[in-house]
Amino acid sequence: MNASPTSARALPFDETRRRGGPLSALLSSDRPRSKVLSALLLAILLLLAATPFLFSGSQPVGTAAKICVFIVLVASYDLLLGYSGIVSFAHTMFFGIGGYGIAIALERLGPTWGSAAIGLIAALALSALLAIAIGLLSLRVRAIFFSMITLAVASAAAVLASQLSDVTGGEDGLSFQLPQALRPAFRLLSEPVFGTAVNGRLLAYYLVFFVSLVIFLVLLRIVNSPFGRVLQAIRENEFRAEALGYRVVAYRTAASVISALAATIAGALMALWLRYNGPDTTLSFSIMIDILLMVVIGGMGTMYGAVIGAALFVLAQSYLQVLMGAGSAALAGLPLLPNLIHPDRWLLWLGALFIISVYAFPGGIVGRLRQAKQ
Amino acid sequence: MSDLTTDAAAPAELPRAKSDWLPLLLIPALALLALPFVGSPSTWVTLTVAGLAMGMMIFLMASGLTLVFGLMDIINFGHGVFISLGAYATLLVLGPLAGWATADSVGLNLALLLLCILAAMAVTGVAGAVFERVIVRPVYGSHLKQILVTMGGLIVTEQLIHAIWGASPIPIPLPQSLRGAFVLGDIVMERYRVVAVVIGLAVFIGMQLLLNRTRIGLLIRAGVENPEMVEALGYRIRRLFVSVFIAGSALAGLGGVMWAFYRQTLTAGMGMEVMVLVFIVIIIGGLGSVGGCFVGSILVALVANYVGFIEPKLALISNILVMALVLIWRPQGLFPVARR
Repeated sequence: MNASPTSARALPFDETRRRGGPLSALLSSDRPRSKVLSALLLAILLLLAATPFLFSGSQPVGTAAKICVFIVLVASYDLLLGYSGIVSFAHTMFFGIGGYGIAIALERLGPTWGSAAIGLIAALALSALLAIAIGLLSLRVRAIFFSMITLAVASAAAVLASQLSDVTGGEDGLSFQLPQALRPAFRLLSEPVFGTAVNGRLLAYYLVFFVSLVIFLVLLRIVNSPFGRVLQAIRENEFRAEALGYRVVAYRTAASVISALAATIAGALMALWLRYNGPDTTLSFSIMIDILLMVVIGGMGTMYGAVIGAALFVLAQSYLQVLMGAGSAALAGLPLLPNLIHPDRWLLWLGALFIISVYAFPGGIVGRLRQAKQ
Repeated sequence: MSDLTTDAAAPAELPRAKSDWLPLLLIPALALLALPFVGSPSTWVTLTVAGLAMGMMIFLMASGLTLVFGLMDIINFGHGVFISLGAYATLLVLGPLAGWATADSVGLNLALLLLCILAAMAVTGVAGAVFERVIVRPVYGSHLKQILVTMGGLIVTEQLIHAIWGASPIPIPLPQSLRGAFVLGDIVMERYRVVAVVIGLAVFIGMQLLLNRTRIGLLIRAGVENPEMVEALGYRIRRLFVSVFIAGSALAGLGGVMWAFYRQTLTAGMGMEVMVLVFIVIIIGGLGSVGGCFVGSILVALVANYVGFIEPKLALISNILVMALVLIWRPQGLFPVARR
C-alpha cells in the first residue's frame, strides 16, 4: 500500500503559512496553486452564484443546484477516499438517510422549519451511529474487506428503504411540501430583480448554494487541519502512523463519521431542492458509481477536485448526451461505431477517462493542472 | 502450462490442505433448525433442495472471484461483469440453434445448455485475459487502486455490452425439457434446479481435485503461500496467475449462464446485482478459500429460502445477518486462508 495515488504530492504546509490574508483564511491556506485551476474554480463559483439571473427556465437552475449538492457529496467522499485511503461503497446510504430524514419529517410533521430541523437532526444522528458502527467493526481490517462490507451494508439499506414502504414510500419515494418561504408561490419582493422573480424557488436555490459553500469550506478546513494531516499520514503508511502513537482506527472512524455527516446534509439539500426523495434520487448504486467517477476524475485528495469533478460530470450528464447524439447520427450506417457514441453510452467514455485517471494522472484534473504549473 | 506439468513425475502423495470440519456442520444444523419453523416436512425438503440449487448457482458465480483472490491477491470488483458477459454469450448459441431449445428431446436441450456454457466460458475466458492485461496488471500490489480500476473496468464493460447487444432486457427461454418440476409425493423439485445442483457439484469436486490432487493445484496453493519461492524454484508464476485469472473469469461466465437461464432475462446490470451476494458469500467463506465459498453459498441460499418462507420481509437482509453472525464467530470467515 506504499504506492498511494497521491504520494507524490508535497504537503503545502510551510509554503502557505507565511502568506495569510482573509482569502487564505477562508480557503484554510490551501490555495488552488494553479492559475488555470483558480480561474476554473472562480468561474464555477460565479456561474453557480448567478445561475438564476443568467439563464431562464428551470433546467439550468436545477442543474446548478445538483452541482452544488454533488460538490458537497463528492468532497465528503474525497475526505474518505483521497485523504484517508478508505474505499467505502456506503456513501449513498448516508446521502439517502439525509434525503429520507427531510422527506419523512416534512411529510409526517407538516411543512415547517421545525420539522425540517427535526428530520435533519434525526438523520445526522442515525448517520453518525451507523458510521461509527461500521467503522469500529470493519475499519481495522484490510481495504478490500471494508469495501465489500460497506457494499453489502449499503445494498441492505437500499433494500430496506424500498421494502419499508409505510415509512419510506417504497419505490415511489415521498413527495412533500416545503416550508412557506421556499415555495414557488412565496414572493419576497414584489418586483423582479434583473428580470428574475424573487420567489421561494430562488430562496431555495440560494439555501442550497450557501449551505453547500459553507460545508465545502468546512471540509477544506478539516483536511488542512492537524487532524487532516494525520489522516494523510495514515493513508501513506499506516504502520508508521500507528508507531508514532496515533490510534489509526479512531482517526479513520472519525473521518468516516465526518464524511457521513456531510453526505447526510447533502442528501437533505437534495431532497429540499427536489421536494421529493426516493431510492433513485439518493440511494441507488449508480449514484455511488457517479461519486466515484467524480472524485477520481476531478482529483483524489485535492478537495478542489470535487468541484471540478462534480461540475464536469453533472454538465456531461445533462449536455454531453446532446453532442453525442449528433455524432452518433452523423455516423449512422457504420457498424457498432454509432452505438459506441450513442447518447446513452456517455458513461462508457467517462468510465474510460476514470481508468486512465487512476493510471496516468492519479491526481485527476486538479493534480494535472497543478503539475502543469510547476 | 507445459513447464508446469512435464516436470519430474509427481510424488505419490501430494500434501493436502488440512481440513476443518466444524463449519461444514453448520449446514445440516441450520437445515434441522429450520424444520420446526417451516412445519411440514415436504415443504421443508422442497425448500432445502431449492436452496441447495440456489447455493450452487451462487457458488459458480463466486468461485472464480475467490480463486483469483486466493492466488493473485487481486480483488476484482469487475467480476460481476463477467457474469453478465457469460450470460449474453449464450445469445451466440441461442441465435443459430433456437430450434434446439424448443425441440422435444432431452438430449438436444441438454446439448444446447452445454454449448451455451462452452460459448460463455470461451468468451469470458478471452475477456478475462484482456481484462487482466489491460486493467489489472498495472495495479498488482495496491488494493486501493485495484478496487478503483476494476470498478472502472466494470463500468466500461457494462457499457460495451449495452453498445453491442442493446440496452433493453432480452428474454431467453429455458430449453423445453428443463422447464417444470419433478413431483415426488408432496415434494416439488424444479428440473432446472436439479441440473444446477449437478453442475455446481461437478465444478466444486473438479476444483477440489484439481487444487488438492494435482501438480498444478499444488503450485497454485504454493503460489498463494509464497509466490517468490515458487518463482525461485523455476516456475513461471506469471503464467500461472494469468491462467488462474482466465479460469476465474470463465467460471463467472459459467455461473452467468446458469443464472441467466434461471432468471430467463438478460440485462447488463445482472452481474452487478448478484455481486453483493457474491461478496457476502466470499466474506463468509473466508476470502480466497474455495471450500469456504462453497459452504458460504449454500448457507446464504438456505437461510434466504427458509427465512423467505417463514418471514418474507426479512429474507432480503437475511444474508447480511448471516454475514454479521459469521464474522462475530470467525472474523476472518469460516475457512480463514493463511495470508502472507
